[in-house]
Amino acid sequence: MAAAMGEIEDKLAELRQTFRSGITKSVAWRKNQLRALIELLQDNEDKIFKALHQDLGKHPVETYRDEIGLIKKSAKYALSCLDKWMAPKKRRLPLLFFPASGEVVSEPFGVVLICSAWNFPINLALEPLIGAIAAGNTVMLKPSELAVECASFLAETIPLYLDCKAIKVTNGGVDVCEQLLQQKWNKIFFTGSPRVGSIVMSAAAKHLTPVTLELGGKCPAILDTLSSPLDIKVTVKRIIGGKFASCNGQVCIGVDYILVEKKFAATLIELLKTTIKKFYGENPKDSKSISRIINEYHFERLRKLLEDPLVADAIVHGGLLDKENLFIEPTILLDPPLDAEIMTEEIFGPILPIITLNNIQESIEFINSRPKPLVIYAFTKDETFKKQIVSGTSSGSLIFNDTLVQQLCDVLPFGGVGQSGIGRYHGHYSFETFSHEKAIMQRSFFLELEPRYPPWNDFKMKFLRLAYDFDYFNLLLLLLGLKR
Amino acid sequence: MGSEEETKKKNEVFDAEAASLFVKELRGTFASGKTKSYGWRVSQLKSLMKMLNEREPDIVDALRQDLDKPELESSIYEVALLKTSIKSALKELKHWMTPEKAKTSITTFPSSAEIVPEPFGVVLIISPWNYPFFVGAIAAGNALVLKPSEVAPASSSLLAKLVGEYMDLSSIRVVEGAVAETSALLDQKWDKICYTGNSRVARIVMAAAAKHLTPVLLELGGKSPVVFDSGINLKVACRRMIMGKWGCNNGQACISPDHIITTKDYAPKLLESLKNELENFYGKNPLESKDLSRIVNSNHFARLSKLLDDDKVSGKIVHGGERDKNKLRIAPTLLLDVPRDSLIMSEEIFGPLLPILTVDKIEDSFDIINSGTKPLAAYLFTNNKKLKQQFVETVSAGGLVINDTAVHLAVHSLPFGGVQESGMGAYHGKFSFDVFSHKKAVLSRGFIGDVPVRYPPYTKGKLRLLKVLISGSLLGIIRALLGWSKA
Repeated sequence: MAAAMGEIEDKLAELRQTFRSGITKSVAWRKNQLRALIELLQDNEDKIFKALHQDLGKHPVETYRDEIGLIKKSAKYALSCLDKWMAPKKRRLPLLFFPASGEVVSEPFGVVLICSAWNFPINLALEPLIGAIAAGNTVMLKPSELAVECASFLAETIPLYLDCKAIKVTNGGVDVCEQLLQQKWNKIFFTGSPRVGSIVMSAAAKHLTPVTLELGGKCPAILDTLSSPLDIKVTVKRIIGGKFASCNGQVCIGVDYILVEKKFAATLIELLKTTIKKFYGENPKDSKSISRIINEYHFERLRKLLEDPLVADAIVHGGLLDKENLFIEPTILLDPPLDAEIMTEEIFGPILPIITLNNIQESIEFINSRPKPLVIYAFTKDETFKKQIVSGTSSGSLIFNDTLVQQLCDVLPFGGVGQSGIGRYHGHYSFETFSHEKAIMQRSFFLELEPRYPPWNDFKMKFLRLAYDFDYFNLLLLLLGLKR
Repeated sequence: MGSEEETKKKNEVFDAEAASLFVKELRGTFASGKTKSYGWRVSQLKSLMKMLNEREPDIVDALRQDLDKPELESSIYEVALLKTSIKSALKELKHWMTPEKAKTSITTFPSSAEIVPEPFGVVLIISPWNYPFFVGAIAAGNALVLKPSEVAPASSSLLAKLVGEYMDLSSIRVVEGAVAETSALLDQKWDKICYTGNSRVARIVMAAAAKHLTPVLLELGGKSPVVFDSGINLKVACRRMIMGKWGCNNGQACISPDHIITTKDYAPKLLESLKNELENFYGKNPLESKDLSRIVNSNHFARLSKLLDDDKVSGKIVHGGERDKNKLRIAPTLLLDVPRDSLIMSEEIFGPLLPILTVDKIEDSFDIINSGTKPLAAYLFTNNKKLKQQFVETVSAGGLVINDTAVHLAVHSLPFGGVQESGMGAYHGKFSFDVFSHKKAVLSRGFIGDVPVRYPPYTKGKLRLLKVLISGSLLGIIRALLGWSKA
């Protein structure tokens, strides 16, 4: 353990020294690193497909869609916007200070720690890395140890493409995490559970290190009545897509549960069943298009959720568990008890509860009586209802009529609120989250304002009152002796 | 105190249970949606303005009691600046509350996106001077609890009284008290915590916030350095320096210039000019000057006295040093070439003492600054363009001001906040609204434009199509759909 700590401290010392050298501040260095990252992805696509398949049973299409493709897109976007992001932002100053200029300059925090999660082990490591590099920081990356092959891949491959004096990977378990958290970082970016997020923030507090925490929560999907059968069909596909078709439900922005009116429940269940069959065949266990559960611990966790007899009774589809292959088939529940663990904890797996309501309007209160989720999904064409959801609920994001697509949007901030997280990233928000916005005000020695200085008197008081009110007209009158 | 009064006071102790009830009540108000309405926010901002207009003399008086603060400082820096920010908030609020449209790309076509600001909920503000945060938190639509500093007791009880008279008590409350009350408050779950003060307590605040994953705004301090280059209008520079240091709470402000760094050659000239201007402003007996605040309390007086009595430093006083323990007054004091490891150079001074450090080359000053913790502000007086550039590029601080001190407090178009030891988050102007808001991304899609490549069963063909779709290349998409893509 002592050896490991020493190694971490040495790595950190090198990262600090590299940052102090100023090399990461140059736009050339940042662009080179981003290009190298794109090259890394292009050269190693097959290796990444293999690693994800080994860790999670992910199909290459899922891997490309949710990991490689997204990172390439983000890196290219950052490359194309970097000059704009790095440019100082001029700000107007009040006339009172004339002549003066104001601007805001983005500067890197320094040495940042990125801790990523196991469900999208490449995406969640590299997306924040893009932001950290673009902002000019040096980085320590700590991939999740649960995605073993991906963690190894990152540790072996990153040094071959990126500047190893500025970007380092450290692998290990909880003890390594603890040691990393004891160090002083200039910024910590964490993706994971709220429980661990709290531990990370507590550690950060010791050094007053700012944090971005991308956590989770129970993301609901509200299903309003839709009149067009085509719309309903698309809705069901998108819900399945947002649940089972992305890491088999092990995703922070996945649909955790559905809220729907009682009268529609039976139809919904039938449609879900049909679509699941269409996507995965008669025996989903044999499908190559569905991921596995990451490990035994999570498999057992999910199994326990279904063990509760009242929950087991609520199963209307699926329920097959295969421990040897760490496989759980898409499972649908109808109205499990609301106080069962499956409805109080984030599921993070292929179990989809349907909660029925008398009236879909009740969904707003239902959601509000629970912790704020990372995302709320709502399928509706009712513009009034849409407005009510926008203003009546709070979540990291809110998506109408689709699931998961916000990942593709470089222009929208991605982050939580309350229990679902602190801070945001994606696109230029990634750049901002790893930058300190430094305000710079420049004045000249001309045009002194005598009334600024003591000894104080009534005239100076009057002058300053008007000055700070930016009431230039009356100020002029005062100076001309025309104002009492 | 009679036993009846003592019992009453005991029953009024603000403990964790009382704090929890408070929060519950405010959550109820917030859940009702009252504070979210534009009407409520405007009414509260207007009430705050009314309070400042009608009760300025009381505020000035409280500050005189707490700090012997000169009337002009109170009226201008506290009240007038605040009124300006309320005016600006009232003017801009509708615009701030309007969702910001975001341009979506072809990858999610058809879709529309916007970013909607919403209040966090129930906010805790722990600050000696609450009002600026007050404005931001209300403008953003939150319910709030204010915990003013017990170190300024007259201002604290005045705030409690005025809020009771002017503001909506179902959404805004004041809790007075010290460590016990603050701890009781910090045990609760808040939706945002704002703290102004020192970095030691800030750590406690952030650790408490971490338990509930509450985001924080920390406005701390640090040793804000002032670098004096030669070849400047020395008289003007000194006057601006003096105002930033002694003209604002007599050095007891977060952005007060803490110490000066200049060249060995320039130091004598600088010292001479500072002494002259200090006398012009505060006369020959600054301890008697009505234009200087006193030290806030005997603890801080003792702390500052200790800094001056330090063996390494007591011989370095070149101007001032007079103290009056009864009146809690210390004269503007200049020290020359104190050792870097002296007490006065290892913590934020927060008082009327100004060490002057000398270096051989002016550029060396930047190394000295960067070897310490990042301050809230850093100042530079120079006409040298290259030096300015170097300063901006190499010195990391919350904010930088060139050729003046402290004035950026009055500029609302610039974010005001620290970095690392000097804080996290920023406020002023729209930044205040933003720091108390959650910016919710809202993406709205249609039901058409559903691409089968998204869904299982996955095939090689889908992989090909996906690659172009995600890349966002229109031409690529068309070619792929027509089967012309080689990908």
